[in-house]
Amino acid sequence: MPMAILPNDAQARGRTMKTISPGVELERISSGAGDKFVLNMGPQHPSTHGVLRLILELDGERVTRCEPVIGYLHTGIEKQCEYRTYHQVIPLIDRMDYLAGPNEELGYVLAVEKLLGIEAPRRTRYIRVLIAELSRIASHLVWLGTGALELNVSSVFMYCFRDREYINDLFEAASGARMFPRYFRVGGLIDDLPEGFTEQARGFIKSFRPHLKEYHGLLTRNPIWMKRTVGVARVSRRQCMDYALTGPILRATGLEYDIRRAFPYSVYPDFDFDIPTQTAGDAYARYLVRMAEMAQSLKIVEQALDKLPEGPVNTVSRDLSDRNTYRSHPWRHFVVPPGEVYQSIESPRGEKGYYVVSDGTNKPVRMRMRSPSFINVQALPLLIEGSWLADAVVAIASVDPVLGDVDR
Amino acid sequence: MSVRNALEGVGEMLKGLSITFHYLFQKPDTISYPEVKRQPAARWKGRHYLRLWDDGLERCIACKLCQIVCPSQAIYVEAATNPRAKPISKSQHYAKQFQLNMLRCVFVGDCEEVCPVDCIVLSREYEIAGYTREELIYTKERLTEAHPGSSGRDPNVKRGPARMG
Repeated sequence: MPMAILPNDAQARGRTMKTISPGVELERISSGAGDKFVLNMGPQHPSTHGVLRLILELDGERVTRCEPVIGYLHTGIEKQCEYRTYHQVIPLIDRMDYLAGPNEELGYVLAVEKLLGIEAPRRTRYIRVLIAELSRIASHLVWLGTGALELNVSSVFMYCFRDREYINDLFEAASGARMFPRYFRVGGLIDDLPEGFTEQARGFIKSFRPHLKEYHGLLTRNPIWMKRTVGVARVSRRQCMDYALTGPILRATGLEYDIRRAFPYSVYPDFDFDIPTQTAGDAYARYLVRMAEMAQSLKIVEQALDKLPEGPVNTVSRDLSDRNTYRSHPWRHFVVPPGEVYQSIESPRGEKGYYVVSDGTNKPVRMRMRSPSFINVQALPLLIEGSWLADAVVAIASVDPVLGDVDR
Repeated sequence: MSVRNALEGVGEMLKGLSITFHYLFQKPDTISYPEVKRQPAARWKGRHYLRLWDDGLERCIACKLCQIVCPSQAIYVEAATNPRAKPISKSQHYAKQFQLNMLRCVFVGDCEEVCPVDCIVLSREYEIAGYTREELIYTKERLTEAHPGSSGRDPNVKRGPARMG
């Protein structure tokens, strides 16, 4: 009975099931709660990182109950994948966690390659890690920028989005699209890196290092920032494990758990990097973990650029990605042997898993994603209940959910 | 809070302010967009064009591969027999209708990649907004380039040769 150890188990049991109609739901809560005030936060609230809706029950300024309501961005991507060939799925995968598209692609591509029993060439694996780590930095920059903006630090927001634009420039140079590059492909890449990419990437690293120091200077020891984040939205390691929370939330409680290290994939064992951890488990600790992760990702990017091996980027063993060959064999002829596979990667938000079932045709018969945002959002009542209303915003920002990833 | 802590806090805030202040003297990273246009990368995937052969004939042979691979079903092609007396393409068939729904398109560029005659290309034009849904369904007249080469993109030259294993 894992539920028995939850701290608010009694409350959880007393909860009524949610109804479909929002009006009815609100009425019932307010009538049952006496003189408590029910506040509907979202789904169009600027600090809910998309379309997350929270029903907050307030006693004065204290939040006594919090219910996250999801489903406002339901795209049906898991179902849609069943009607797409393996390559047509990749643009959909991009659009789940829309802040870290390449990282998502990497997991899916690795899962299908596992099913096929092929491995991408060495150069491709290095380029994939390079692009995926850049996207992790981009994703954390959006988190830092928007999280700071919610606490009224608008200058950090501007600086973060400036640096993210430089990363998007790199994606654009490599694949031709900025936010959803769709650069990875089963068995290889769309194309080799363009000429001048390494110089451009090194230029970014050179400019980003001092910028990261500036963000630390603006926030890390700032008394207002610390007042708003230290001790806020605290979770223990035990609670993290009960709720299956992963990513920076778990690492902020002191457990050094990172899929890149625990279950290495691609060429991550070749790189020298640390897993940043903190022990406090509050919003400030998560902030420090993510800031340190950006520095570590930058380290991996630099190593990948240094070590980038020469060679082909596409496998030709099954004529999957060879441009000239599949002109005569369009992608619908590329079939995957029957079987099922699970591949997890460390996305910027935690463990992202892909469960792909194939029945031997050119389309997956079932796709299921274990998305970190969905799992982490369920911990919001734990973080928010009992705190001030103003700290609810900090709690959401520190979890960093992406609603496209929650609803799929 | 002691006086010492308060002073430290003020010092940290001044440090932050000095960072924002020094940006006052730096070159801005933004461009004034409508006046200054951004030059996209060479691989940029923008508005589509249907290319022509050098002699003015249409490249499209209505093989419908682009329609098949499109992940968002944005393309509709209707084939017709090429009139022998006055040929439109260099094949048995030509595209009588070619519609591309820009509202569905997600610019993955698969159509360009599978095209066996390098007909459909994604140019570097990125200003493709419109006021109505109807005007964003591009028909063949709007997609075909004005004269051979005016789309500014040759998939074999601009993208560079793909490395083969």
